[in-house]
Amino acid sequence: MADEPGPEVTEAPPAPDPDHETMLAALRAGLGDDAVLEHADAFGDLVVRVAPAAWRGAATVTQRDLSCDYLSFIAGIDWEPAAREGDEAGGDTSAPVQPTERSYGAAGSAGRFQVFAHVESTSRPRGLTLKTDVDEDAPSVASWVSVYPGADWHERECWEMFGIAFDGHPSLRHLYLPSEFEGHPLRKDFPLLARVVKPWPGLVDVEAMPGDDAPAEPAATAEEPS
Amino acid sequence: MSTTGESPVPSLTVERSSMRHLADAQVGVELDTGDMILNLGPQHPATHGTLRIVVRLDGERVVSADPVIGYMHRGYEKLTEFRTYPQVTTLINRIDWLSSFANEVPFMTAAEQLMAIEAPPRAVYIRTVLTELSRIATFLLFLGEMGLQVGALTPAFYGFRDREYVLNLIEAATGGRFHPNFNRIGGLKDDLPWGWIAECRSTMKVVLDACDDFEDLVLGNEIFEARTQGIGIIPASVGAGYGVSGSNLRASGVDWDLRRDRPYLAYPEVDFQVWTHPDGDSYSRYWVRLQETREAARIVLQCLDQIPSGPIMAKVPRIIKVPEGEVWVETENPLGQMGYYVISKGATGPFRVKIRSASFSNVSTLPWLLRGVYVPDVITILASLYFILGDIDR
Amino acid sequence: MTLALSIGWGSTLAIKTIVVLTVIPLGALILGYVFLLKMMSHMQSRLGPMDPGGFHGWYQLVGDGLKFLQKEDVMPAQADRRVFAVAPAVVVMSTFLVFLVIPMGPDLVVKDLDVGVFYALAVSSLSVVGVLMAGWASANKFALLGALRAAAQLIAYELPLLLAVVGVVIQAGTMSLQGIVLSQQHGKIFGWGGLGEPFLLTQFVGLALFLVASQAELTQTPFDMPVAESELVAGYMVEYTGFRFLFFFIGEFGTAFAFAAIAATLFLGGWAIPGVHGDWANILGPPVLFAKLMIIAFFMFWVRFTYPRLREDQLQAVAWKFLIPLGLANILLTGLFKVAF
Repeated sequence: MADEPGPEVTEAPPAPDPDHETMLAALRAGLGDDAVLEHADAFGDLVVRVAPAAWRGAATVTQRDLSCDYLSFIAGIDWEPAAREGDEAGGDTSAPVQPTERSYGAAGSAGRFQVFAHVESTSRPRGLTLKTDVDEDAPSVASWVSVYPGADWHERECWEMFGIAFDGHPSLRHLYLPSEFEGHPLRKDFPLLARVVKPWPGLVDVEAMPGDDAPAEPAATAEEPS
Repeated sequence: MSTTGESPVPSLTVERSSMRHLADAQVGVELDTGDMILNLGPQHPATHGTLRIVVRLDGERVVSADPVIGYMHRGYEKLTEFRTYPQVTTLINRIDWLSSFANEVPFMTAAEQLMAIEAPPRAVYIRTVLTELSRIATFLLFLGEMGLQVGALTPAFYGFRDREYVLNLIEAATGGRFHPNFNRIGGLKDDLPWGWIAECRSTMKVVLDACDDFEDLVLGNEIFEARTQGIGIIPASVGAGYGVSGSNLRASGVDWDLRRDRPYLAYPEVDFQVWTHPDGDSYSRYWVRLQETREAARIVLQCLDQIPSGPIMAKVPRIIKVPEGEVWVETENPLGQMGYYVISKGATGPFRVKIRSASFSNVSTLPWLLRGVYVPDVITILASLYFILGDIDR
Repeated sequence: MTLALSIGWGSTLAIKTIVVLTVIPLGALILGYVFLLKMMSHMQSRLGPMDPGGFHGWYQLVGDGLKFLQKEDVMPAQADRRVFAVAPAVVVMSTFLVFLVIPMGPDLVVKDLDVGVFYALAVSSLSVVGVLMAGWASANKFALLGALRAAAQLIAYELPLLLAVVGVVIQAGTMSLQGIVLSQQHGKIFGWGGLGEPFLLTQFVGLALFLVASQAELTQTPFDMPVAESELVAGYMVEYTGFRFLFFFIGEFGTAFAFAAIAATLFLGGWAIPGVHGDWANILGPPVLFAKLMIIAFFMFWVRFTYPRLREDQLQAVAWKFLIPLGLANILLTGLFKVAF
């Protein structure tokens, strides 16, 4: 298969974007230099980490000064490495093995939890991702509902999935899960129950690959916990 | 039910909508008749799936509406953390199951960007064609379905009939009518079968004819106009704040289409028009989708003319490990803006995937939108927003 | 039937009863098969039932009816049981009563009432009582909404229906349906009496009004809000299954059959065909009437399968702002012509 690059079909490779500077300047002007902690360019998308205290202010600035009137999503991240024992080389493909040390993505993080949101402008090709840090012990951050009405459901989802509360949200209720549900499923320490109840069947049904000489022994790994 | 009363409604100066949305419950108060709470769903024909809307009624007028979602929540964001990148494709096929192929594209693009791979041009063109085909299939269903929700049986059958031709094409190319699972990181599973392009050309004529039929049969009908014009108006500012996207937002007069404004796939190389409608009501949503169906057929025809020859897979390692990084990729899907925020830590599977699905945001406007309308209008508004339950609940 | 015989009112009454009791379900079956199953299917580019009975699925509806009879009689736990059980019977009864006055030949009429038209329309609106009973007794909010809609709509559309008929009555000079048929037979078109004068020619406005209003009376699209399967699921019928649902079905299509027969009688000359009198008219009358009512029914169902549904307030607006003034104007004009000529 030839490996020649095609025409420009995907987004342009990351290059210093003048609009990013404009957006950063506006954010610094609106929130103060201290509030804009870090920024990064993630494949053409500006990622800005703001101080938790400036979270709602950031929404106001993006909406008012940057004409980003469109809320794409609000979500949470749990940077805790997934607690998982498994041996990928030994045939356990029940889940990809992630690095065990904690590292943070674009624009960094102060701790385990983060809330991030993507806003865009409907009038010009512009959009940015905002991140803020959330305290692990008392996870709470200001709500965006008063700025973007669509934040309502996104924050409810984030609250039930990560246990991150949103101050000023009119009613943080369960969105997807039944109201008596306990736990926060998208946290990394919440196990995927299907895998706990029943081992990954991929462990059992290992067939010989065409290149392999020795047939795999299915029974040997069947009882291994996943 | 409490949120709907308190959920923030931006102050508006749009006259038509403010007139319509101020629920006038005076009569009920005077006669001291209690409000009736009506459960629309989770099993209701108009919600095409398991959406439940708790509607508080005064007579037939909606005092407040509270959508209850999650009956179909499958936890895809959690499941992606337990899958490798190629396995995730199978999951995201099932988000918006009417246009599965279009769901795959942004995720594949995200993975390819992280890996710095580019799909070969032929694969890019085929992706564009198949994306537009799934858009046509989705919209044809809408064009018929909307008639059904307004009470006309016949358009629904026409919609299903003509969609079948398009699904046959998708099946011929990918092997799956609904869940193609045809994308691979770095290209496609297979090339198009022999004779497919000619077949596709003739089917596009069928599609264009079908659009004319729908324009005559549904859009030009006085009763349809009476039922949809001025109903369910979403002002542009409100729509954007709620994250309403795609045809729904364009029907509110916002000239914003990711295919043109953030070009991806082969869209920069084809010539197409972005249709908008100033009214923002149910009628204009139907109108915009009808025009976009035609436009999609034109895009397909152009792509078929320009499609280059060559390989359909880039050089990709046998075990796919995606380097560390995070990327946000969004595309213009039939139901609206679909995006994946993929965070990778260098493993064979993603560390975290935030799935931004269009219907979720579109439907979140319902508490605002349904206040003060009549019960029959609830149905037309639901139908005109055009959501897929899998796309709401993920 | 046995009741009729034992009372001893004579075999005529027995035959009449049997005929009426057969005609309604048979008519409902025929309309259901021809229009609901076949015509609608072909309009929607599909075939409809093809297998049952061997020839184009003619047996399908009969089979459906038998299936309904075998089904369990399910009643909601909270339902008002007695009312719930009686409601379908009330609906069907009104359909049967309408047929008493429809003439099928010079002598083929159960009872030629002097106020035939008035009686038919009055009795046909009895069905709304059954509908209200069904909606109330089902203890279901969808059913209640549907029933209330049905009540509002049937009341609103009684008036245009009556006004549409008044023109015919003025022209014929009688309210007896038999009299109206006869007066159409003896009329002249511009002095030529070969065809008689079906009131279709002079009362076309009345016919249009009648068809629109009867569409609302029958709760058919575009006025099917009481049923509204996409909003109220099935409206007042939502809790009914088995043979009780069958009653509603027979009521629905039987009433359509009856209204088509009334329209054919009022506007198309009923059982009469030119040049046929006496016994031959008695023999040919029923098939002729049937042919004419099928033409009317075709239009009714054509509209039903084509149009979307109006909203309840729009339906009221159509009735009060458009149909009733039109009907009044039609009556006025008819009266003027009647006096002038």
